[in-house]
Amino acid sequence: MSTPKIEIDRVGQTFRVRSQETGREQDFVALDNVSTTVRAGEFLTIVGPSGCGKSTLLDLISGLTTPTSGEVRINGRRVEGPGTDRGVVFQQYALLPWRTALGNVEFALESATDLGRKERRARARDYLQLVGLEGFENRRPGELSGGMKQRVAIARSLACEPEVLLMDEPFGALDAQTRESLQEELLQIWRRTRTTIVFITHGIDEAVYLGQRVAVMSAHPGRIREELAIPFSAESDDDDVRATAEFAHYRHQIWTLLRHDQQAAADRAEEAAHV
Amino acid sequence: MSDLLQRTAQARPNPRQEAAARIRALGAPRSASAPLGLIGVLGLVLIWEFAPRLGLVDAHFVPPLSQILATWWDLATSGELWKHTSASLLRSGAGFALALVTAIPLGAAIAWYPVVHRLLNPVLELFRNTAALALLPVFVLVLGIGETSKVAIVMFACFFPILLSTISGVRSVDPLLLKSARVFGLSPIETFVKVVLPAAVPTIFTGIRIAGSAAILVLIAAEMIGATAGLGFLINYSQFNFLIPQMYAGILTTSLIGLGVNYGLVATEKHLSAWRG
Repeated sequence: MSTPKIEIDRVGQTFRVRSQETGREQDFVALDNVSTTVRAGEFLTIVGPSGCGKSTLLDLISGLTTPTSGEVRINGRRVEGPGTDRGVVFQQYALLPWRTALGNVEFALESATDLGRKERRARARDYLQLVGLEGFENRRPGELSGGMKQRVAIARSLACEPEVLLMDEPFGALDAQTRESLQEELLQIWRRTRTTIVFITHGIDEAVYLGQRVAVMSAHPGRIREELAIPFSAESDDDDVRATAEFAHYRHQIWTLLRHDQQAAADRAEEAAHV
Repeated sequence: MSDLLQRTAQARPNPRQEAAARIRALGAPRSASAPLGLIGVLGLVLIWEFAPRLGLVDAHFVPPLSQILATWWDLATSGELWKHTSASLLRSGAGFALALVTAIPLGAAIAWYPVVHRLLNPVLELFRNTAALALLPVFVLVLGIGETSKVAIVMFACFFPILLSTISGVRSVDPLLLKSARVFGLSPIETFVKVVLPAAVPTIFTGIRIAGSAAILVLIAAEMIGATAGLGFLINYSQFNFLIPQMYAGILTTSLIGLGVNYGLVATEKHLSAWRG
């Protein structure tokens, strides 16, 4: 087998935090011995409760932070910092409000590539078209809806033609309808470009619908609890995959995993209160 | 897909926002405010004209407006007014420009490097709370009574509003934008030029606008002490020599300049922060 696209190798991340009760500094284990691999062209979703370290994990893959222990490798090479082989889409879009949609995509190309002005403009137009924003090139983010802003952000990341696209709850701030149509279009884009995607969400439905594989995380400390291969969703072109019994099965399985985890956390908290 | 786009992604306020927009439209009738303001100005003109004529105020101290305007016209046509105005504009312009080119880089450095901030903050707090005019004697003492001390005091007065707004503008840049700049591999300088500075411009301009008014205010006061030209000198000199209409003509000129400067800066600010919506 060839080298996996992404290798997360026994990664741990510990932060120094000030305890709320005692006011003393102590270690907070955000990630504890997390290992997994992502194949080239794979669509991996990571689902977990808030505080399970899923965003921390994404920061490590993107190279924005370095792990306390272990390492992350892309194409077998250790990640030392951010690189244009990886694109990131944030929940809050992170668009420059003073630039137009086109200008925002060009912004990414200005430093990530050595294209000339004309080529940048042409490529930016192509990618805005890819995400269905033809005709909105000259609008500023303030004049776009949330869904359209996220489309611009996706176009911006894709325009750099990254090998890996990292998405941090990108549809979390959108209304249900917009979210569903963007999920659908993201799958279409993925099928067309075959970019490796790591997608973080706290929605079980979203994780099952998008992912070829779902990594379920647990909190305190952050660990990957289980990985499930989803045999249908992303590949099928079914009208409503969400309504099938299979979908419900996976959905329930993940729900049970997360619930157990929550129950255990509640028990621990109660125990601590009694001591 | 384009149909889907039409339905789901069209940039349009939701019903609640549309309702709010309607309420705002009713609440502030823009079209009616301009004529109303005009009536206010007209009222002032009438009072100024007729209060002295009717003997409500002493016409020696407050001459009717028409008399002041006539004097203003004489001054303007003789070139006397321009002599004083240009002297004032040159001084305040130079001080203002010097403050701009020093305060913005320093403010950016203070905001960008926490060490510089901690080092300079107490000193700046002290200076900022010192009235510029209180330092005029010091400036005259050190720099002499000529142009240098006047330009310097204008610069001092303009410096702090611009500095403080630059600090707060640069410090309040959305951290997410900085994070995404790192993801796209921008160098620190690129990040500063393409992300930090544009994001800070609207905030910086608030300080620039305050500095604009301060430049004129402080200069007029400075010119009243030891100057042989300038609007402040003209006003003070006229009062000493009991040339009351000429004094008011000078005052009116400073008001007009202030109005013009402020209007120009507001327009520039509007243009530069259009994206704030």
